[in-house]
Amino acid sequence: MSLSRFLTIIAMLGLCLLPAAAGAQAVDDAKLKPLVEALAGDNFDDTSKAVSELAKSGAPRAAVILNALSAGDLYVSKTDKSVFLGVRDGSDYAATDPLSGAKLAPVPRSAAEKIKVNNRLRRDIAAAIGGLTLMSTDATERRSAAEAILKNRDPESIPLLDQAISAEKDAGIKMLMQRAKAAAVLNSSAADDVKIAAIAEIKSGNGREALGLLTPLAGIQGPVGEAAGAAISSINSELEIWNGIQNIVYGLSLGSVLLLAAIGLAITFGVMGVINMAHGEMVMIGAYTTFVVQQIVHASMPALSEYSLLIALPVAFLVSGGIGVVIERGIIRFLYGRPLETLLATWGISLVLQQATRSWFGASNVQVSSPSWMSGSFDVGMLTLTWSRLWIIVFALSVFAVLQLVLKKTMLGLRMRAVTQNRRMASSMGIRTPWVDALTFGLGSGIAGIAGVALSQIDNVSPNLGQGYIIDSFMVVVFGGVGNLWGTLVGAMSLGIANKFLEPFAGAVLGKILVLVLIILFIQKRPRGLFALKGRAIEA
Amino acid sequence: MITQWFFKHGDRRGVIVIAFLVGIACLVPLLNLLVPDTSPLHVPTYLVSLLGKYLTYALLAVALDLVWGFCGILSLGHGAFFALGGYAMGMYLMRQIGPRGVYADPVLPDFMVFLNWKELPWFWYGFDNFWFAALMVVLVPGVLAFGFGWLAFRSRVTGVYLSIITQALTYALLLAFFRNDMGFGGNNGLTDFKDILGFNIQAGTTRSALFAATALFLALAVFVSGFIIRSKLGKVLVGVRDAESRMRFLGYRVDRYKLFVWTLSAMMAGIAGALYVPQVGIINPSEFEPANSIEAVIWVAVGGRGTIIGPIIGAVLVNFGKTYFTTAFPEAWLFALGALFILVTLFLPKGILGLYGAWKARRAADAAQKDDEVLPPVVKQSGKRVPAPEPQAAE
Repeated sequence: MSLSRFLTIIAMLGLCLLPAAAGAQAVDDAKLKPLVEALAGDNFDDTSKAVSELAKSGAPRAAVILNALSAGDLYVSKTDKSVFLGVRDGSDYAATDPLSGAKLAPVPRSAAEKIKVNNRLRRDIAAAIGGLTLMSTDATERRSAAEAILKNRDPESIPLLDQAISAEKDAGIKMLMQRAKAAAVLNSSAADDVKIAAIAEIKSGNGREALGLLTPLAGIQGPVGEAAGAAISSINSELEIWNGIQNIVYGLSLGSVLLLAAIGLAITFGVMGVINMAHGEMVMIGAYTTFVVQQIVHASMPALSEYSLLIALPVAFLVSGGIGVVIERGIIRFLYGRPLETLLATWGISLVLQQATRSWFGASNVQVSSPSWMSGSFDVGMLTLTWSRLWIIVFALSVFAVLQLVLKKTMLGLRMRAVTQNRRMASSMGIRTPWVDALTFGLGSGIAGIAGVALSQIDNVSPNLGQGYIIDSFMVVVFGGVGNLWGTLVGAMSLGIANKFLEPFAGAVLGKILVLVLIILFIQKRPRGLFALKGRAIEA
Repeated sequence: MITQWFFKHGDRRGVIVIAFLVGIACLVPLLNLLVPDTSPLHVPTYLVSLLGKYLTYALLAVALDLVWGFCGILSLGHGAFFALGGYAMGMYLMRQIGPRGVYADPVLPDFMVFLNWKELPWFWYGFDNFWFAALMVVLVPGVLAFGFGWLAFRSRVTGVYLSIITQALTYALLLAFFRNDMGFGGNNGLTDFKDILGFNIQAGTTRSALFAATALFLALAVFVSGFIIRSKLGKVLVGVRDAESRMRFLGYRVDRYKLFVWTLSAMMAGIAGALYVPQVGIINPSEFEPANSIEAVIWVAVGGRGTIIGPIIGAVLVNFGKTYFTTAFPEAWLFALGALFILVTLFLPKGILGLYGAWKARRAADAAQKDDEVLPPVVKQSGKRVPAPEPQAAE
């Protein structure tokens, strides 16, 4: 009710500053006095009637009184049945005259009774205030007034709306008002052709809302029902399209998550033929690094806490990448040429890293906060998208682009590609393949760390974080094909979208199972993935 | 006569293992049932069940070793076959509960009553008969493995690709079995068993019988794998492991050999699961966890892959360690297991048995060297050779 309190204050200020209006007001007061007294009627129906009468009067004070009523600040004295605005002050109420706004003598609390309102009454009051504030000079107030009418569809506000529409300058609010009017018309006893025009008006608005307004009308016999039915089916088909778009967008965002998780794996697997089962743990370490960085930034530089994610990015890259290099130098390099053993050893590493995290940070989730520029959502057509979803897509694609640049334009990238294509030849040409291996593994792990920073925003940061992604990442890499980042991109995106399209038909879990089965079948057809490297070098 | 046949066709080690297994199949139940509680030789019932559990794991490890150690197919999804066998047995045990469940429905298991199911799903038919359940224990994993293997081996999916799709297979099954509407008890799985073949499943005698059955099945598995390995078929399998393309060029239908051993191994895993469930008393979807399958791989690796006894030693040792660690130092178990994975792959590529083999070989070499000083060098040829390092698939 903060808005109504705010309005009350505005109105009071206005009254205090405008003594000149006092003369005109005196006339109003006499007319309004019985209405205000009627607010304290014996039952809710009487009060409701008084509320609508008061609203019709159009008096500026009416909004203040109604707001007070709805907020429970309107009292009636037990002795003389007079109505006043009260604020609790010790054992008394500091009383104000509802019409003039003048201070009255304090009333003991035992001598006054609050005018009770129920939910129906509150709705009536909101509608009445909506009508009263339609002409307000504040655009947001007018907008909320129109929205209130759109919700309660009170036919009595039609004349007020007409007035407001003709005076409205803001196109957006005007449209909203027109829709509100159409909704009110549909709720009234207007002629059929007027109603049909209103249906057309409503159809142009927000799909789901329009559906809610029109569905009750579809059952009516005659032209109105038909028009409503036609409008509903056209809205439904439009919603269908938006649903498809939503699936694609959600699929892209899921695909971006998969891409982030899998791209590092694609590098290590592509270049070194190493299946790194500890890859998920690199992601997890990245997420925990985000947590630690956030804690430090919060503690030492609170001004920067909005940007702690940006600080965490390079840190996570270095931490995960460093651990990756250590693992490669310490363990994996002794296992080259034995891919299955590497798989087992890295699985062991993943167990150790998980347990270490669990011992260090505890088994439960840690709290990573989101900066304000990532929270909230926005509307596109009939879609509601969260900013974090959008940022993840943007982020994944930029990581992909940067990685492509590294591979295509830098010396390290050149060497990495050479080693991928033909290790022995590259070695003969003077490339130090062990170093390339170490750096590649570091790069892949570092990117997993960066993925962890992103995933910390959309997933629980717990020691098991990586486990949830590892199988999906493998699927992406295997599906997309090894040694080609484009394959990973296409693989991640198509898996993401396929998942989201299967979900409505099969449910989330069954959809995932179907995707897994489809991949298993797909591998039969193309054992080397979508974009396989051609040539003899990679054939076993 | 049978013993003679064994000695002729089996190697000495295999025979010893089989004899040992048959021995404990008799001895442990005897020590449990006949020796009084007070005697230090008495084996308590819980220990019988625990040992029985280890032996089912050992059976799973033998099955896995058959494909990994001898045919080079690293399956990260053998737990799926194990769990499927377990579920088949669990379904039989569920049907045996009959009207003794919480809801006392004569036909429907409790969880179905709870989910408001009105009649038994079609795939539960027949599971009230033991013979049918026993058939399904081998048939379900067998058919799944056959279908999966037929697709995979025909299109020459090998190495890590195969490992990863086997992992995806068990992961998909994990997700599927977690669903309540699959009709396998969802999250909670199948439990609260009462009878097996009319005997109370909690009774010490039943437990002992289950233990003996497990030991005997394990002995059978050792015998069958030993038989296969020493046959010409086994030689081809080892050839496939070491140089698949070469075997293909020599004219062998590599995919068929692989498919045969793969399906057989899955069936053995199914039997292991079926023996596991009545001894543990529960089967739930977590048995499908990819982590479980990978753990089974490490049992084989620790014991020594490419040997028949290695997996048994590995499975029992690792699981004994797990039981000990998870009670004594629960924090440290994953560290220990992780370290085991790393150390075994780095330093013990042939497992504990490999260590023993290397030690024996070194002693033989030393002895040969000593002989060298006395005897002419020709004799050295007859000395035991150090086993050549196992060739790896070419890159």
